[in-house]
Amino acid sequence: MSTSSGMVERHGAGLWLTHVGMIAGVLVIFFPIWLAFVASTVTQPEIVRPPMPLWPGDRLVENYTAALFSGVNVPVAVMLMNSLVMAMGIAVGKIIISLLSAFAIVYFRFPGRNLFFWLIFLTLMLPVEVRILPTYEVIAGFGMLNSYSGLIFPLIASATATFLFRQFYMTVPDELAEAARVDGARPMRFFRDILLPMSRTNIAALFVILFIYGWNQYLWPLLITTDPSMNTIVMGIKQMFPSGDDVADWPVIMATSILAMIPPVLVVISMQKLFIRGLVDSEK
Amino acid sequence: MEKRVTFKGWLLPLCLIAPQVAISAVFFFYPAGQAIWQSLFIPDPFGLSSQFVGMGNFDFLLSDPYYRAAFRTTAIFSALVTLAAMVPALFLAVMADRLVKSAGAYRTLLIWPYAVAPAVAGVLWMFMFNTRVGVVAWYLGQLGYDWNHVLNGQEAMGLVVVASAWGRISYNFLFFFAALQAVPRSVIEAAAIDGARFWRRFFTIVLPLLSPTTFFLLVVNIVYAFFETFGVIHTITAGGPQQATTILVYKVYADGFVGQDLGSSAAQSVILLLVVGVLTVLQFKYIEKRVHY
Repeated sequence: MSTSSGMVERHGAGLWLTHVGMIAGVLVIFFPIWLAFVASTVTQPEIVRPPMPLWPGDRLVENYTAALFSGVNVPVAVMLMNSLVMAMGIAVGKIIISLLSAFAIVYFRFPGRNLFFWLIFLTLMLPVEVRILPTYEVIAGFGMLNSYSGLIFPLIASATATFLFRQFYMTVPDELAEAARVDGARPMRFFRDILLPMSRTNIAALFVILFIYGWNQYLWPLLITTDPSMNTIVMGIKQMFPSGDDVADWPVIMATSILAMIPPVLVVISMQKLFIRGLVDSEK
Repeated sequence: MEKRVTFKGWLLPLCLIAPQVAISAVFFFYPAGQAIWQSLFIPDPFGLSSQFVGMGNFDFLLSDPYYRAAFRTTAIFSALVTLAAMVPALFLAVMADRLVKSAGAYRTLLIWPYAVAPAVAGVLWMFMFNTRVGVVAWYLGQLGYDWNHVLNGQEAMGLVVVASAWGRISYNFLFFFAALQAVPRSVIEAAAIDGARFWRRFFTIVLPLLSPTTFFLLVVNIVYAFFETFGVIHTITAGGPQQATTILVYKVYADGFVGQDLGSSAAQSVILLLVVGVLTVLQFKYIEKRVHY
């Protein structure tokens, strides 16, 4: 494989083999999505008499219209709306409260600062899956079942974003705060005019991660939205399957699955650079 | 690490930190405390009163064959998911790393599944392997293999593992790819000049250089398999058949919400809390290590 012109094997048959391997990998990884897409464009009889076709049919418009405006329990458009509100609420809510709390922790010395810091730090450790029952009771006690606030608030309680902003603020040169202080600028003015504009990229990167996190939630909406009109799309798909031996409405269910992945996929693809940066930053 | 320049005052910072502290207290510390408290009691069948049993719930759990089976299932499941998510990712990243010019295009294609929710991934894979309409199940049938994950526990496990690992391949790929790009070219070229072939270079030079990333991904993938795969299990198998795919997180849900066994569910939450604690410490050990590099 190693030819005289390339010590590190970037030429010839090896290169082509690598391309072939790569394309095969991409195809295998893509196959489930492709199949769901095909299923969302054919008729029910074509699916229930296997094998189903592997090439799209002509029922795309009908199936997606049926899903969006009729659905099974509730129109999918309603579930999409609920998911959007939930994902935006979680992303924006988390970013706002963490921008503020990180500012307080980094730029002030106040009584209880260390205590609060450790309290927030501890919340890093416990995913919602572990404390579902008591959290459910809290939400029920507040009368927040089947509500947006019930969907959003428990998932805002996590410290990752606060830590990210804390790390970032630490890298902001002291001279900027010093100058602001000499000029007699109030802390909030410094925050708004200097810190916030500097954090723009971090905010955007974090937004991508948090939006997907919020959109893809399953267990929490499953527990607290008993009213179909409050279902989110990701948890609502499973609810579209009939109980017992009835045959599922596969084209509509698969159209819903495709609709459920479009928003997060669009966010990831269109903000790829920011996304990768956010991913690498928030995990390290 | 502390800032030297700070602002004066204490009321403003308290107001700034108040929203996060309040939300953490109400939706995090209170429920976590409740879980610990409830784990010490057994409520009566009518939910009117409860009896203090100390470690009773834990004693019962640890001797309960179903709970021990769930522990074993979780261990097998996490190990398989981690393996199935990391090995193909590394393989793809190594290939992408050789294709300098087109690596970006492949990366764009490969990050798709990351955005797909575990629960949606579950529906997609369940559709492919559905015993009545699934394409893959049908072709397997043509080959003479009778696929039925509804009855066969091992097939069910295989299916939830693959469905869980699928989206994570993208995630791991991104990290491996970034790490590979950071391997100094000069080192590779020096080895090539010494006559080391590709795979030899890979195992003796590249893989050791990747070890911090590998360790990090190992922990992160285990955490994922433990806590974020509920959607996959719930959509494909609902823990069955005969609890063959009941992982710990699924059992907390099944016992607490479906079975209404509050004391046991709370005790399970506390045990999971300890597991999260250990994994978090591991993760921080890794971060500390990185600082010394």
